[in-house]
Amino acid sequence: MTIQLTHFSAAFVFALFASIVFGITHRETTRDMVRYGLYCFAMFLGGALLAGWAMWLVRK
Amino acid sequence: MANSSPAKTKPAAAPAQPTSMMSVIAPAVGWLIPGAGHIIQKRWIRGLLLLVSIGTLFVLGLMMQGHIYKANGGDILDMLGFIGDLGAGGMYIVTLAMNGGQGAIAFAIADYGTKFMIVAGLLNFIAVADAYHIAIGKKA
Repeated sequence: MTIQLTHFSAAFVFALFASIVFGITHRETTRDMVRYGLYCFAMFLGGALLAGWAMWLVRK
Repeated sequence: MANSSPAKTKPAAAPAQPTSMMSVIAPAVGWLIPGAGHIIQKRWIRGLLLLVSIGTLFVLGLMMQGHIYKANGGDILDMLGFIGDLGAGGMYIVTLAMNGGQGAIAFAIADYGTKFMIVAGLLNFIAVADAYHIAIGKKA
């Protein structure tokens, strides 16, 4: 069984699961875990989007 | 005149943590099954979230026709990939036993899948360290 993800959905899935693990393992309290997980998710996905737009500008 | 300089004292050493059975078992079990190191220490939700996250990343990597690295890759990058894959523990062993992930990386999504599996292994290394810290009482 194979699956074909788009580039964005692959980045989304990666950011989601990596952020969950980072949140759980890098913070002590539940509240801090959630906050750090959301922060990591935003940074992962925001970074990918920014890099994508930067490459579009360079190509243009 | 008496010497008024403060006496040199050694900083107090941190008390040594006793090696408990759990501090050995939890990382080992956590490596074999992602999240299990947390689950056996009654951190149910954390353990299940780790299992789902790391397991899904690894399985998605396989479904994207990612490549699994073996120990005798020869190339230094293959060896680094092997170390990453090895972190997935039981999933890596089962995949190798079932001869999965042996295809060539022919297109971009397959390359993403390869990276998904490597990252799943590396994330499991972090989860194993976290399970150890819980076992020795360094983390709640």
